[in-house]
Amino acid sequence: MKPQFTFLLVFAALAALSFTMGAVDPYYLTVIIFIGINITMATSLNLINGFTGQFSLGHAGFMGVGAYIAAIISTYLTTHGMSSDGVSGILVLAASLLGGGLFAALTGLAVGIPSLRLKGDYLAIVTLGFNEIIRVIIQNVDFKIAGTHYVGGARGFAVPQLSTFLWVYGIALVVVYFVENVIHSTYGRGFLAVRDDEVAAEAMGINSTRFKVKAFVIGAFFAGIGGGLFAHYIQYITPDNFTFLKSIEIVVMVILGGMGSTYGVILAAIILTILPEALREFSDYRMIIYSLLLIILMISRPQGLFGNASIKKFLAKWKTGTATN
Amino acid sequence: MGEILQQLVNGISLGAIYALIALGYTMIYGVLRFINFAHGDVFMVGSFVAYYTATAVSKFFPVGSVPAAIIIFLVSMVFCAVLGATIEFLAYRPLRIRPKLTVLITAIGVSLFLEYLSQLLFGATPRGFPEIISNAPFYKSKLVTINTVQTVVIITSLSLMLVLRLVVMKTKIGTAMRAVSFNQQAASLMGINISSVITFTFMIGSALAAAGGVLYGAQYPSIDPLMGIMPGLKAFVAAVLGGIGNIPGAAIGGFIIGTVETFIAGTFLSTYRDAIVFAILIGILIFKPSGIMGKYEAEKV
Repeated sequence: MKPQFTFLLVFAALAALSFTMGAVDPYYLTVIIFIGINITMATSLNLINGFTGQFSLGHAGFMGVGAYIAAIISTYLTTHGMSSDGVSGILVLAASLLGGGLFAALTGLAVGIPSLRLKGDYLAIVTLGFNEIIRVIIQNVDFKIAGTHYVGGARGFAVPQLSTFLWVYGIALVVVYFVENVIHSTYGRGFLAVRDDEVAAEAMGINSTRFKVKAFVIGAFFAGIGGGLFAHYIQYITPDNFTFLKSIEIVVMVILGGMGSTYGVILAAIILTILPEALREFSDYRMIIYSLLLIILMISRPQGLFGNASIKKFLAKWKTGTATN
Repeated sequence: MGEILQQLVNGISLGAIYALIALGYTMIYGVLRFINFAHGDVFMVGSFVAYYTATAVSKFFPVGSVPAAIIIFLVSMVFCAVLGATIEFLAYRPLRIRPKLTVLITAIGVSLFLEYLSQLLFGATPRGFPEIISNAPFYKSKLVTINTVQTVVIITSLSLMLVLRLVVMKTKIGTAMRAVSFNQQAASLMGINISSVITFTFMIGSALAAAGGVLYGAQYPSIDPLMGIMPGLKAFVAAVLGGIGNIPGAAIGGFIIGTVETFIAGTFLSTYRDAIVFAILIGILIFKPSGIMGKYEAEKV
């Protein structure tokens, strides 16, 4: 099946599903929405960490930038005459998500150009540092337009609720579709080449810095949109939503799923969003389980649960009957 | 003038603690070429061990007396040395030939594990650290006041650094450490037991972090399971500033970062101080990745 068809088919299914969401218990709906947002976050980080091999620990920073910029735009628009219902609400959310995503992408560019000269653990620490810098800046910003507080520093920022099931999953679908298609395009092989052997890729005429920065900017763009969706669902954001611990949470999804496997990462995002909810009575043990999971996974199966596996490969194997052996 | 002098004293006593933690980062980087993310949490464990030891010791010696302080230091340092060696043995040793990224992720895992295990064991609420070293002024003039605890912090750190210097430069194991950090393969061909050198390095580094944890608790008497994150990251910045892998560099870097942070905290930028420390890190890594005292290493293909 052509990917465009799959895309439309899944989208239609999601649209149909979205009508049933009114009947879902609000608690479960929240979990479902968070799964969708985490899929967006993890898939976009996978482009940087998994496919391009640049270990970033700052994804929550971009998410925070997107969340705050989107919230500023939507608050401004809704307090200046635009309604948050119906078509106007859709326009408000679309404008704020786009604004948040673009601003996050710009931040990604500003962070990426200097830090992508570094490798491995240094890159990880520097991106973590940028994450903290972004958080500290947000914590210190607070301004007022026409009587309404914006950003609100450490206190937090109230945001209108606009994100719906269809928005969250529609965007998750777009991100997955985009990342999968880029990676499997001729151009996208460059990302994989940079990951597998940077020197060899350079020798083949690939501008590795350019690919790294591109992966970073695209990843940051989607992270910003994910942040916007997040802000417009939980309705109250504080800088503490976007610490580097949040980044680590997303990184764990990518690692558990297998760096470089989109479907593995989606599955990991689902598991790691449901698991803490299911283990709510054991919430004290949640992070301990997470951390042990990381250590044991790294020792016994560093490629993640799914490694490089993809549905296509699996289906191909299954058709030829080799999957059984 | 007086204020500047006072800030300098405060900065140096904070920097002394950063320097102790930074030494561990730099030594472990020297032998294993990786950043031990969990180092800041070993520092936190050091503080908590000291907290409980202080309660236990108070039955025999009054809190604040010299023997009590010495016992607290020793117990905490020995405990963390064993902890460091255990972490190395369980988590890092199986990964020694794996890609660096795998080890880094494991280190993040170990760090989270220590933080949240401590939260489970000790509770998340901050605790008041007993006054194991007196807080009274040691030296007081019109310009500047130096507390006893600040004096002890500075003297203890400097003497520990001196001991470390002697161990690294004069003893057999120290020579082995330098050999391993210079060229691991060649060192092993010369009959050096790499594993025991690495274990030893972890023990020394963790013991220094524990000493830092006790001093930190004495100086800023509130401890909690997540207290290791920020000092740990700042000490890492100090290690990079001094030139990672370079022991005197880490000490100098620690003092610089501590002083800079204290001075920033005294200005209108005080709420930005964590951000500025990270900005320093980014600046160094971009303009002079080898740090103040480090050597430039060309990348080999």
